Amino acid sequence: MMLSEQQQVDMFWYMLLARRLDERAWILHRQGKIAFHISGIGQEAAQVGAAFAVRKGEDWVVPYYRDLALMLYLGYTPREFMLSLMGKREEPSSGGRQMPSHWSLRRANVVSHSAPVATQTPHAVGIALAITMRREDKVVLTTIGEGATSQGEWYEAVNWAAIHRLPVIFMVENNHYAISEPIEKQMAVEGAAAKACGLGLEGIAVDGTDALAVYDVVARAVEKARRGEGPTLIEARMYRLTPHSSDDDDRSYRSRDEVEAHKRRDPLLRMRQHLEAQGWLGAERLQALEAEIKALVDAAVNEATQAPYPAPEEAAGPLFCSEVTHA
Amino acid sequence: MATPVIMPQLGESVVEGTVLRWLKQPGETVAEFEPLLEVSTDKVDSEVPSPASGVVLQILVPTGQTVRAGTVLAWIGAAGEALGGEEAPAVSPAPAEAPAAPTASPLTPGRNRDLGFISPVVARLAREHNLDLRQIKGTGEGGRITKKDVLRYLERQPTPTPETPAAWETPGEGDLFRPTEDVPSAAPSAPPPAEAKERLIPLTPMRQKIAERLSYSARTIPHVTTVMEADLKRVVAHYTAHKPLFARDGVNLTYTAYFALAAVAALRAYPLLNASWTEEGIRVYETINLGIAVSLGDEGLVVPVIRQAEGLSLLGMARAINDLAARARGRRLTPDDLQGGTFTITNHGVGGSLFATPIILPPQCAILGVGKITPRPVVIEDAIAIRPMVYLSLTFDHRILDGAVADAFLSKIVQTLQTWPEA
Amino acid sequence: MPEMTLVEAIRQAMDEEMARDERVFIVGEDVGKRGGVFRATLGLYEKYGPERVIDSPLAEASIVGVGIGAALYGMRPICEIQFADFIFPAFNQIVNEAARMCYRSNGEWCVPLVIRAPYGGGIGGGLYHSQSVEAFFAHVPGLKVVIPSNPYDAKGLLKSAVRDPNPVLFLEPKKGYRLLRGEVPTEDYVVPIGPARVTRPGRDISLFAYGMMHYYALQAAEMVAAEGIEVEVVDLRTLAPVDRTTILESVRKTGKALIVHEDNLTGGYGAEIAALIAEEAFEALDAPVRRLCGPDVPGVPFSHPMQDWFMPNAPKIAAALRALAAY
Repeated sequence: MMLSEQQQVDMFWYMLLARRLDERAWILHRQGKIAFHISGIGQEAAQVGAAFAVRKGEDWVVPYYRDLALMLYLGYTPREFMLSLMGKREEPSSGGRQMPSHWSLRRANVVSHSAPVATQTPHAVGIALAITMRREDKVVLTTIGEGATSQGEWYEAVNWAAIHRLPVIFMVENNHYAISEPIEKQMAVEGAAAKACGLGLEGIAVDGTDALAVYDVVARAVEKARRGEGPTLIEARMYRLTPHSSDDDDRSYRSRDEVEAHKRRDPLLRMRQHLEAQGWLGAERLQALEAEIKALVDAAVNEATQAPYPAPEEAAGPLFCSEVTHA
Repeated sequence: MATPVIMPQLGESVVEGTVLRWLKQPGETVAEFEPLLEVSTDKVDSEVPSPASGVVLQILVPTGQTVRAGTVLAWIGAAGEALGGEEAPAVSPAPAEAPAAPTASPLTPGRNRDLGFISPVVARLAREHNLDLRQIKGTGEGGRITKKDVLRYLERQPTPTPETPAAWETPGEGDLFRPTEDVPSAAPSAPPPAEAKERLIPLTPMRQKIAERLSYSARTIPHVTTVMEADLKRVVAHYTAHKPLFARDGVNLTYTAYFALAAVAALRAYPLLNASWTEEGIRVYETINLGIAVSLGDEGLVVPVIRQAEGLSLLGMARAINDLAARARGRRLTPDDLQGGTFTITNHGVGGSLFATPIILPPQCAILGVGKITPRPVVIEDAIAIRPMVYLSLTFDHRILDGAVADAFLSKIVQTLQTWPEA
Repeated sequence: MPEMTLVEAIRQAMDEEMARDERVFIVGEDVGKRGGVFRATLGLYEKYGPERVIDSPLAEASIVGVGIGAALYGMRPICEIQFADFIFPAFNQIVNEAARMCYRSNGEWCVPLVIRAPYGGGIGGGLYHSQSVEAFFAHVPGLKVVIPSNPYDAKGLLKSAVRDPNPVLFLEPKKGYRLLRGEVPTEDYVVPIGPARVTRPGRDISLFAYGMMHYYALQAAEMVAAEGIEVEVVDLRTLAPVDRTTILESVRKTGKALIVHEDNLTGGYGAEIAALIAEEAFEALDAPVRRLCGPDVPGVPFSHPMQDWFMPNAPKIAAALRALAAY
């Protein structure tokens, strides 16, 4: 499946928007204006590549906390991201109840997720089960870090999907580190994709800094799933260019040299160079994109700063639903 | 026949006296004219000589208690004589806000040297019914007084109600010193004409109290009543949504709670209606003690008071109303419950009345009457809608308030009700 | 009206709900052809097929996790945990995910899920087939916990649970599966989740119980009635959200309270009821609030004499009632 010039430039747009928003969040944190940020810098390509392979608004997505670029593609706005960073009332994922980057966006079929990792993977499988029960041809894309694939619940979920050939794409964003622990401490196999054969489904490893390569692999897995041929495990290999979160100091467990080396393989850089080589992204156009994005980010920060906080007593609920209004 | 000892009227304008010290105790003998007790009034302190010779059978008013002149303080009689043949004569109106004196000092639960362990419910029952627990035999573990023991005891006592005055509130027969010979009976009432087709209903203490208080009010306060209507659509919606939620917490939500809350809001905005007229000036109260009229059927009416109503939420108000209404109907109100009101709400609508001209309860200066809530067609922006409407009748003391302020106050109540927040 | 056992009433509830609403399905270990190890789902596989009565892998976390996912997509899953003793792998999914989903998404996502599990001892099951787990779960806001004590309530409450848009943990006293019999209407009816029931009015002592202990509570009340002690027995039925009104009304009437459960004493559910009574009905109390519970040992032993030492029963309850009456 070849993507057009416009689609590839759009991919870059989302990667760049995610990157600039993410960087601004770091600045806001270091300025003391927000309490917490967990970053996706270095992982934009894999997310956007996968995003372009699903049907926006139809397929369901069960992401994890680094997926800002994925969320932006699905319709999450910069303003909404800033609202969540600041804990404001209109923040759509939780009305200020959850920490930032705990995504939930019903209008985009993105399910609310929590902090204990891998709890979302069985949810993705349950959604896929329901999809098949309803004889629909949707698929579920679910992401996770490589560290969380050590969790029992991840294995249980993948196992289940494989047994029942459910339409799930399990994408592991292998960014090499789970907080301070490198992948060697997380698994005895080379990578998450290697776990697939033990569970009875196809496992594919792909360069996660190459958006188009990821798109390719995910698109094929999506088609396979839609045909009823079952789930696929995709491991996108990349590198976490930032510390785990705004609370982490990564100097205690990795060298600056290592980080610098990976910065040279920044997926944004790679995509930009690719588009430039195609003649689709000249300096002027790039400048215009950057200016547009900066304006969006600035506006988002301003609007979110003005937006009201929740009233204290709003914390008292909601405990229970009075009726199921979704799905 | 036993002789009552009466609180003397020591001085022309003196109406009450305080027992300072009993010089004799029950069981002791006393001679006629021998000093029996010392009393004090604001004019003079004095000894009271015994009206008869005999044994002190029973002391009804302990040391420190203040009672009206004419009240029976004790009984003198022959040793071993049984009391009970002395019926209290026809009672004259008890004071509207007589302070009730408990026989026992307030009892808190816990280990009591004389009584053993007093459980929370036993302490509460003792407090509510003014019981002397020493009178009650304990059948519980270790001989403690159980709730059952208290209830059994109460079943055997004639239950005093707030409307029936306690023993010492029953005045004596008028004469200060009672010589041993019979005194002339009270002035005979005019005998009914031989041909009269009528019947005479004796006045209950409550009826007399109501008559006295409201006549005084009508006589001294220039009453004006102003009426407005309120659209209760939002209140009804809120009530419907919240009634089951409140019921889960054991609270019966009624419309009265809403009117009470609206009245409180208006009183905060217009404090002049939370006031009393005095010769020295208009006394405006900071606290809102809200009286809620409770009907006791044929017996009459009581107005228990919710203290510090300004601090209550809807739930708190509903709970307080539940509690007072239940206790009123169960005849378990204490004198404290009936005192200190600064504003009153009366729900005359329950009987079907649309609007009324309620009478102010002195020393208050206003009273809000709530009429029947009926669905009526009303005009809203050129269309006709059916809304639950209610008339609110506010009677106010025209010495303190003029129409403008009273209407502003009533408008504020209407506005509060009509803009009640979403359920 | 036909008479049936507790487990038959439960089965009938599931059957009727599955017939009534095609979104309802059952998932758990051995629920299919085997009909459940307690025969709770007997015949349902034949009637509704493998798509709606699903034999799951031996993995409790995913039984619940997949159920959550399906519920998020609009299905109405009934997840069976084979024994409450085995619910702990699913604790994360129940407590962190199902219970918190509505709150954390500010009401956007609901989890209309039922989790059923047999609980309780007295059947020679030893430490791992006899546990009571209600205390762990009644503690969690956002989760409903229901325990029936008789077939009529079991059917009505399970139907309510299936129709509830919120997660409901439905614990079934396994000793009573065949022991508890009663009349159950064949037509559709529900017993609302929430209200407790006064099953025997009385003046002297309020006796609160649920599950199998309610059965013994009624027996004990009968025993002491002959001695002039009038016990009011209250079947709690729903532990969360609990019926405070009925509990407090009863204690205000009697002045004495005894709470019975087979779970360990310390931190057991009875502690919550005792605290509620002490806080809200202090002035009605004529005696300390007492609890008669399983002793604080790590499980119900297998050997008969030791099991009998552990389990509360009617004579033990009667003795506690007598002591309380004499206080």
